[in-house]
Amino acid sequence: MGGSLNANHLMFLGYGALWTIGLSLIGLLGGGIAGFIVALCRISPSRIVRLISTGYVQLIQGTPLLVIMFLTYFGLPALGVTVSPLMAAGASLTIFVSAYLGEIWRGCFESVPKPQWEAAEGLALSRSQRMMKVILPQAVRIATPPTVGFMVQIIKNTSLASVVGFVELARSGQIINNSLFEPFLIYTIIAVIYFALCYPLSLFSHRLEKRGGPARIELEAA
Amino acid sequence: MHKITRTDTASSVVGLSNVHKSFGALKVLNGVSFEVNRGEVLVLIGRSGSGKSTALRCIDRFETIDSGEIVVCGHRVSDPKLNLRALRQDVGIVFQSYNLFPHLTIEENITLAPCSVKGISKAQAKEQARRVLAQVGLEDKLHQYPEQLSGGQQQRAAIARSLAMQPKVMLFDEVTSALDPELTGEVLKVIEALAADGMTMVMVTHEMGFARGIANRVVFMHHGKVHETGPAAILTSPATPELAQFVGTGL
Ligand SMILES: Nc1ncnc2c1ncn2[C@@H]1O[C@H](COP(=O)(O)OP(=O)(O)OP(=O)(O)O)[C@@H](O)[C@H]1O
Ligand SMILES: [Mg+2]
Repeated sequence: MGGSLNANHLMFLGYGALWTIGLSLIGLLGGGIAGFIVALCRISPSRIVRLISTGYVQLIQGTPLLVIMFLTYFGLPALGVTVSPLMAAGASLTIFVSAYLGEIWRGCFESVPKPQWEAAEGLALSRSQRMMKVILPQAVRIATPPTVGFMVQIIKNTSLASVVGFVELARSGQIINNSLFEPFLIYTIIAVIYFALCYPLSLFSHRLEKRGGPARIELEAA
Repeated sequence: MHKITRTDTASSVVGLSNVHKSFGALKVLNGVSFEVNRGEVLVLIGRSGSGKSTALRCIDRFETIDSGEIVVCGHRVSDPKLNLRALRQDVGIVFQSYNLFPHLTIEENITLAPCSVKGISKAQAKEQARRVLAQVGLEDKLHQYPEQLSGGQQQRAAIARSLAMQPKVMLFDEVTSALDPELTGEVLKVIEALAADGMTMVMVTHEMGFARGIANRVVFMHHGKVHETGPAAILTSPATPELAQFVGTGL
């Protein structure tokens, strides 16, 4: 066992933190794209599309991310598909995030006031024109604060990727602790780093909420 | 009750014939028939809940009807195979709530549909935006956002946005009800000018003085039926006690 915390350990933690950020970005990007599709499906005029997407969301929201990670990392190889820890963690996060962001964004679409939808319909715009030119720009404004807020959840949830052997921040802390055995010190450092990543985002999200979204800021500047 | 036939659609722009509509167990339209000819202004009046908005919304197929027939500019609205977007190019509708698109300037609000739906050029659409805004007295507001306008100005801009699609008939649902009294006049004046220009219109309003001045025909709705109908004169000399009571209360 040995030694005390040194620069190499801190470097290692730094790499871990970078992977945490990287994995979060993968989750945000993948989950964002998939979540956008989920949100569109949830408000589709087709009943069957709505039913399937609702089922998907309920299934994912009712499954712990940990179990999704196990399924992709250990379950898929049993079916003959081998995946690396990065792929398993990235795919699991994408699936997880898509269900939650999909729901958040569905709510944002639906909170664009009904008269706006009807005004767009009354002007003979097609469904895709209504979505792209009238509803989406307003929904983005509504969606920004909760989406930034949800990024905090994504960052924290990446720590679960350690169970499939992915060395992100929490896992690198564990590894260092295994050799140093200074759990209080090391996990305090880990906590501080997570906080440093998450807190600015929460703060930013709250500020956006108060100001009524980024579009308003632009308007005021104009 | 008269069935709309192919022969009288020549001058008939909007025709409802024996229209029934329920929301669940609530019967809202209970055999409504009326007709609006080209260049006519029809004013729908009646107590709150009598089905005025529903009747208007059925004309633009924002509600589907249970039975009866609605024909608008040759479109059989009650036909399930209706070309909805073709109908809505012929019909302009303005609601009580201001519903300009808040993220677009007034000019963008107005040019959006002509560019996207009719495919006319940006330059042409902008030229037209200037023209319809002049029509409602807002030519200086082209580059403002809706929130920078007063309620009355927003309603006039919403009317201009509809006009830019060159509709054959305009529907107005209590467009001044959400406005401060001092702002209703400017909106009503715009509508009067439209009527003088020969625009065919169906409107719901609680402004009785205005209705008297503008209506070619008044339809008084009561319990989901056309209870009394006739020229604007029925507002001053009603035939039924229900209409007498309605105009008597000043509502
Ligand atoms: N989408 C809907 N679902 C259920 N009920 C509805 C719906 N729209 C209207 N109603 C009901 O139908 C009845 C008629 O409504 P409508 O809006 O046509 O009345 P109105 O004559 O326009 O009244 P007001 O003067 O208050 O605007 C009301 O009792 C209303 O609550
Ligand atoms: Mg109404």
